[in-house]
Amino acid sequence: RRLCILKGIYPHEPKHKKKVNKGSTAARTFYLLKDIKFLLHEPIVNKFREYKVFVRKLRKAYGKSEWSTVDRLKDNKPTYKLDHIVKERYPTFIDALRDLDDALSMCFLFSTFPRTGKCHVQTIQLCRRLAVEFLNYVIASRSLRKVFLSIKGIYYQAEVLGQPVTWITPYTFAHDHPTDVDYRVMATFTEFYTTLLGFVNFRLYHSLNLLYPPKIDGQADVELKPVEGKEYAMDSESYLEKLSALSASLARVVAPTHEDEVEIDEFPVEGETAEQMDARKKEQEALEKHKKLFEGLRFFLNREVPREPLAFVIRCFGGQVSWDKSLCIGATYDVSDPSITHQIVDRPRVEKQVVGRYYLQPQWVFDSVNAKLCLPVADYFPGVLLPPHLSPFVTEQEGDYVPPEKLKLLALQRGENPGDVRLQDEESEEEEEEEDDNDKDEEEEEEEDESEKEEEMKLKRMEEQKTQSNKALPVKVTAGKLRLEDKQRLEQEQQSEEKRLAIMMMKKREKYLYKKIMFGKKRKVREANKLAAKRKAHDTAVKEEKKKSKKARRA
Amino acid sequence: PCPPLTPLPSAPLQDIRNTVGNIPMEWYQDFPHIGYDLEGKRIYKPIRNKDELDVFLEKMENPDYWRTVQDKMTGADIKLTDEQVDLVHRLQKGQFGDVHFDPYEPAVDFFTHEVMIHPVTNRPADKRSFIPSLIEKEKVSKLVHAIKMGWIKPRKPKDDTPTYYDLWAHEDPNSILGRHKMHVPAPKMKLPGHEESYNPPPEYLLSEEEKLAWEQQEPAERKLNFVPQQYRCLRAVPAYSRFIHERFERCLDLYLCPRQRKMRVNVDPEDLIPKLPKPRDLQPFPTTLALVYCGHTSLVRCLSISPSGQWLVSGSDDCTVRFWEVSTARCMKTLPVGGVVKSVAWNPNPTVCLVAICVEQSVLLVNPCLGDKLLYGATDQLLESYVAPEEERVQPVQWVVATTEEHSKGIRLVVQHSKALKQVTWHGKGDYFASVVSDNSNMQVLIHQTSKRWSQNPFRKSKGLVQCVLFHPIRPYFFVATQRYVRVYNLLKQELTKKLMTNCKWVSSMAIHPGGDNVICGSYDSKLAWFDLDLSTRPYQLLRHHKKALRSVAFHKHYPLFASGSDDGTVIVCHGMVYNDLLQNPLLVPVKVLKGHVLTLDLGVLDVLFHPTQPWVFSSGADGTVRLYT
Repeated sequence: RRLCILKGIYPHEPKHKKKVNKGSTAARTFYLLKDIKFLLHEPIVNKFREYKVFVRKLRKAYGKSEWSTVDRLKDNKPTYKLDHIVKERYPTFIDALRDLDDALSMCFLFSTFPRTGKCHVQTIQLCRRLAVEFLNYVIASRSLRKVFLSIKGIYYQAEVLGQPVTWITPYTFAHDHPTDVDYRVMATFTEFYTTLLGFVNFRLYHSLNLLYPPKIDGQADVELKPVEGKEYAMDSESYLEKLSALSASLARVVAPTHEDEVEIDEFPVEGETAEQMDARKKEQEALEKHKKLFEGLRFFLNREVPREPLAFVIRCFGGQVSWDKSLCIGATYDVSDPSITHQIVDRPRVEKQVVGRYYLQPQWVFDSVNAKLCLPVADYFPGVLLPPHLSPFVTEQEGDYVPPEKLKLLALQRGENPGDVRLQDEESEEEEEEEDDNDKDEEEEEEEDESEKEEEMKLKRMEEQKTQSNKALPVKVTAGKLRLEDKQRLEQEQQSEEKRLAIMMMKKREKYLYKKIMFGKKRKVREANKLAAKRKAHDTAVKEEKKKSKKARRA
Repeated sequence: PCPPLTPLPSAPLQDIRNTVGNIPMEWYQDFPHIGYDLEGKRIYKPIRNKDELDVFLEKMENPDYWRTVQDKMTGADIKLTDEQVDLVHRLQKGQFGDVHFDPYEPAVDFFTHEVMIHPVTNRPADKRSFIPSLIEKEKVSKLVHAIKMGWIKPRKPKDDTPTYYDLWAHEDPNSILGRHKMHVPAPKMKLPGHEESYNPPPEYLLSEEEKLAWEQQEPAERKLNFVPQQYRCLRAVPAYSRFIHERFERCLDLYLCPRQRKMRVNVDPEDLIPKLPKPRDLQPFPTTLALVYCGHTSLVRCLSISPSGQWLVSGSDDCTVRFWEVSTARCMKTLPVGGVVKSVAWNPNPTVCLVAICVEQSVLLVNPCLGDKLLYGATDQLLESYVAPEEERVQPVQWVVATTEEHSKGIRLVVQHSKALKQVTWHGKGDYFASVVSDNSNMQVLIHQTSKRWSQNPFRKSKGLVQCVLFHPIRPYFFVATQRYVRVYNLLKQELTKKLMTNCKWVSSMAIHPGGDNVICGSYDSKLAWFDLDLSTRPYQLLRHHKKALRSVAFHKHYPLFASGSDDGTVIVCHGMVYNDLLQNPLLVPVKVLKGHVLTLDLGVLDVLFHPTQPWVFSSGADGTVRLYT
């Protein structure tokens, strides 16, 4: 089993289950014969055997209390390396990067385990070190793209050498260790993953001309020295602590030349039109802008906010970050520093406010990163009811339900003034309330139109209509429209009937497939409608409450 | 707090030694004595009758109270002397009990630490100190032997190679083996959606019912493996209790789940719909409900139309047969027959005006006396011109001439069978007709000749329950549909020519194309099978248009149309073009779904029939109406 985990051998689903299983259809797992033979050739099998023998001898020596033998055996403890397996499983570096997701998630999980029981302390320390090293790499390369605060943990997505790498870290609380989990399996996975991650880190650091194992930049080191108190006696420990503080930049093998970023020469690919080139260029620019999102901003983290994720995210986008000295080493400036622009606070009220900085809730940082722009700060003041935190991993396709907050965000990204949008929304909502019997076509058109001029025109026209409808009998208008629609409807009916007849003629298999597809589509629509209805109900409830409170206030 | 007092040698003058030894003194609690002295006499407890007040007074008054202790062994109060108090103080401070003991005296070595040149003793050295030790030699030789044999190995040098190095420094494309190409990478974890956020939009939160439903579901079939929750701020978010579980499950998936590449069908559903010629191009066909023939009070089981297309006859469960004028929907005549009418058939010969009606055990041949007087007069003459043969032949049925009363109603002849009848059908020429008896013997199908009033039983053996029979319109073939097969007999040669497999469970009805090469069969399992007799004995196409059992099928005489009526209350009209070119397969296109009949007793349409000349279709339903679609 351990060998299967290390070598990445998985069972296969046979093509003819009955044939393979000698006629019975009972559920069994099947491995390829080739895979089993492949496992037999593995040199690590012998190492495992040696280890088994070693454990047996050791136990015997302990039983006889032959301490010299115990020492000797311990000295000659057989070790094994997984390097060749890593190389074998991932012949190229890109392959390894593609499979990094699980490795990272596992390492981050293990690094939060307590140092007692469950698994070896060395493993936990190694995991912690590798995780911190990877975070430092992401900061140095500024490759973080998306962050998401979920109820399970924090999701991060970075783009490492063009490969999206997603991992999840748990919130920093003590785990209540479940009893129905086999930690040995997890430990075996972690063993492999740490090896993989170590090599990947090495390679990544070298691709950025950074030293590996990472060293904190000399200049920053000096700055850090005074902060380092007496309690950090162990040098090796304090080194990791400092590194994990994530506040200092890393030393480079080659000193970074000023104006490092040489304009990338453009190699026009043949067959690529100018438009595509432009689009690519724009994308590139947007990416650069995104990378420098927090450039020049100075953050201060209050002690109640989770330090590590916030420091990591802020540093990834070029911001400077500090925290209370007593919280963790690596703080670079104090609360009282006047140059602080944003202070991240997660309590309902701030007692002493300093002029010249924004007091914000941590969600602002994450939302800004996902929106690729610094969002307006008004919604994120301490004590304010936060706007919903949306997942950046969802890309809505046509027909999917899009929450209104996302629409707002998209509008913001397009560069529209948020205030206007909100106003318009409210206006349109009011209008909707006023005339519910308005036909739907017009509403749709309304929504589609975005430019303000047209909007105004629409409003005017609507007003005219209103006045007209007030003057004329509404019956007349509807009658005229009905007739118009009739023709269309007739045509539609005919078409739908033709379609129905054609569906009748489909072959059985195709019909099955068609029905399945259509069922899936319908279910999707149903779900979207359900969500929309829920939202509407919620909104109306909120509005009514508001009205009530207003009335109460008036009274 | 007080150290146990040893009996001091100088203290009591009256030397009372207790001999009980080192026992808990509580044992003597309830006795008047406290132990025994050296002579074995009891030592009595001193009389103590001090109450709290006395103790208090003594405490206040006695200046030596603080140095008074009670000897537990004797029970007497002892006043400590000054030396004893001093000793107590010293011991309390952790000092030595002896006042005169000095713990910090300079140490004096027993032996000097300096190495002296002369031995301490003058004893000569042992011999064993000159010769090598045998035990040691043995030990060494053992070790040497072990080294020689390779049992003991030198300690491995610590390898100081770095744990991590550039593993992919030399990526050579040859190392990508077949394994890697075959390798199915594990699918990545699903990325989280909005509902997983710690502060999701309100619509993603579960309502009470949804939460209840979520809890009742099996963990495996839940759509979300968590309940979406909303927290007001990041500070309030707790740890996720199933985090380790989820990681572990992922690990299990990675090494225990069989992996398989699944081809996902990525088709536009519109492409799946076959391209058919537009129904508009296939006109004419009936599209709208034109007339409703009302009058029957129960389900109308059967329909038939005169060859001219002017009259329609319908038989119903209300024991009547009604004759209608097609164009006006007027009921021309009502014929009570005294039994449920199972089948009616108008003689296809245009020169004869005769209708065969199945009522219970007899076939009535009725002259409806409609239309041209000459015509129905000629029919009567034809029937009366029968001359009985000289010798009476044994017949399976009885031919009875109608009584005068019956004659006035139009009934001319009655063919009495022994069992209840199911169906009657005419031969194309109009002289012969066949009847089906619901029976299990070989007498199920009988063929009758009207002009000779002569019946015969064509089959020697029963081949199953016969559902319906049919004459070939041109050739001397006879179709017999049993439950699952359609047998085609050659009447001239008197042999079985074909056996068509319908692939249905229970055939209900059958119709033949006027060309004679194509047959359709409707079945109770809602299938319609189209046979091409030249092609094969299996259906050319099996149409599953109806949702419920098919009751009847019909072909049009001239137009390439066929219709099927079903229990779901619809009549589906299809375009069924048969080409003269043998190589071209027939083209079947459904063109219209006609609705109108109301479902009664779970029955919809019971019979369908085409007008002989116009593209019109009649349908009779369980709701007691006959409808005409044009």
